[in-house]
Amino acid sequence: MAMKELTYAQAIKEAISEEMRRDDKVFMMGEDIGLYCGAFGVSKGMVQEFGEDRIMDTPISERAYVGAAVGAAMAGMRPICELMFSDFMAVCYDELANEAPKMRFMFGGKVKVPMVMRTPSGGGTGAAAQHSQSLEAILAHIPGCKVVIPSTPYDAKGLMKAAIRDDNPVYFLEQKLLYRTKGMVPEEDYIIPLGEADVKREGKDVTIVTYGRMVKMCQDAAETLKDEGIDCEIVDIRTLSPLDINTIIASVKKTKHCLIVHEAVKFGGFGAEIASEINESEAFFYLDAPVSRLGMEHCPVPFNPTLEREVMPTVPKIIAAVKNLF
Amino acid sequence: MAKKTYDKAFLGDMYKKMQSARKFEERVQWLFAQGMVHGTTHLGIGEEATAVGTIMALGENDYVFGTHRGHNQGLTKGLDVNEMMAEILARKTGCCGGVGGSMHIADPTKRYFGADGVLGASAVMANGVALAIKKEGRKDEIVNLFFGDGTFNQGGTLEALNLAGIWKLPTLFVCVNNTYGMSTHISRVTAETDLAKRGPAFGVPSINVDGNDVLAVYEAVKKAREHVLTEGPMLIVENTYRISGHSKSDGNLYRTKEEIESWKQKCPIKRFAKYLTENGYFTEEELQKIADEAQAEIDAATEFAKASPEPDMAAALDSVYVK
Repeated sequence: MAMKELTYAQAIKEAISEEMRRDDKVFMMGEDIGLYCGAFGVSKGMVQEFGEDRIMDTPISERAYVGAAVGAAMAGMRPICELMFSDFMAVCYDELANEAPKMRFMFGGKVKVPMVMRTPSGGGTGAAAQHSQSLEAILAHIPGCKVVIPSTPYDAKGLMKAAIRDDNPVYFLEQKLLYRTKGMVPEEDYIIPLGEADVKREGKDVTIVTYGRMVKMCQDAAETLKDEGIDCEIVDIRTLSPLDINTIIASVKKTKHCLIVHEAVKFGGFGAEIASEINESEAFFYLDAPVSRLGMEHCPVPFNPTLEREVMPTVPKIIAAVKNLF
Repeated sequence: MAKKTYDKAFLGDMYKKMQSARKFEERVQWLFAQGMVHGTTHLGIGEEATAVGTIMALGENDYVFGTHRGHNQGLTKGLDVNEMMAEILARKTGCCGGVGGSMHIADPTKRYFGADGVLGASAVMANGVALAIKKEGRKDEIVNLFFGDGTFNQGGTLEALNLAGIWKLPTLFVCVNNTYGMSTHISRVTAETDLAKRGPAFGVPSINVDGNDVLAVYEAVKKAREHVLTEGPMLIVENTYRISGHSKSDGNLYRTKEEIESWKQKCPIKRFAKYLTENGYFTEEELQKIADEAQAEIDAATEFAKASPEPDMAAALDSVYVK
């Protein structure tokens, strides 16, 4: 298979561009996504290729254009909307929580809402409390939508293509700190189905369940732990909803130990769901230690760089948490 | 009322639709009092001219977004009366399979995108449908958005007016100003109560119309639709009054009996009947016959709904996602 190197941002752009070339019904709306290319440059060059009718700059009115995406989807289009920061989901939470995921259900299955809401998520950029959150658990809790967080350029492209082709609302949370990271991506068309976890590293001693930016940090921790005689298996769930619990259960049965790592605040975080799913499964009877979680402290993201780093999981904290299982 | 002459069959149809809307609401109210309606329901008694006058002026392929007080809008848009009544009684045969209820009555196959329970949401979604129409170059279709005076204070509604204005979307904003948002009189929450003044601020031409005069509404919407098809969005404020209470919990503590009574005298159906008889279109007996036909359909719908089965668990679990 012919491969090429792309950044995470380029991979997302390629996925959207290819789908827009393939299907006239796909278009994108967002604040300053045209000539400005979006706050993180994801849509670079797209308005030049597709024109202002398909790469649509919007007013600073998240309700207006996310709602328009819901309506356009109900009327047969396949809209993508970009929120400049995932924190702004709160501005249009009605559209994301009450409208897009519920229309099909409320209308007795007579309508579908094939839209993608994509947005940069997570901290580490010095953007402070209102531009750094990881709010995926709030979305995953809602029946009727799907929630995706890719960790590599390869996953980002394949998952984005699946998201655009999906007939349900898909919330696609991109990781700000991964936008410039590089990875190999196939030249030809490929899809990664939503709801399939990926074992990013095979190991026999402990399962680390994680996603997004934390995958690479867990991989780094695993290299150190290997030298100390602990062989980690890393399960990247890739989509929170639907959740591929079977891959997690199979891994935990094998390793008998499980740590869950996410950047989001630990309290009420998605790790609690994963831990409970494991405890309610046959994997529980294989565990040699309780399932453990590592997430962010129970505070908003602070501006100070040292504080920002230290309230979140770090490689040393992951190493310590793994060792604590034994 | 209008001086122009109309086709008799058209007027008869209009009168029948208004009667159906009224009798439907009266029946729902009665069923509610009998304890047969689960949850809540919002009735639009007194607002029939807005729904009927507006929707009859639209094209068959136009989309309609209704309000949560929109039984009259759904009926006029052509939803099956049996299926609507069955939905209100939470039956499997309801237009939403019994999982939507009074507040979410919809039928996308009839281009009626339903009542929405969260105010302001219909406005932003209506623009999305209008955007789809525009993108696909469908020349004879618009989106008609009903919303109330209360919803006009939602940011989403104002954002939607702005978006429609800049993108020249084929959205017709129809504000059914029924004077009250739940218990709150418009004057307590809106400093400028002439709501038609809001459109021009967003580059959207706006007019007021007497919302209790069904033919005035019809003519205004017909003209507005032409504007929307060629120029872009427009706002019509249809001024009317909600005779029924807000919902089941309404004790009418915020308004006087005299006020309600005075609006009952201005009932849009009585007013239309007077016009029809005085202008020689129908005799009172003929109008009574039309009203009786409407009643018979509502009676049959009630029986249909009562005889229908409850939905099974699959209705709750199988339509969450497109598989």
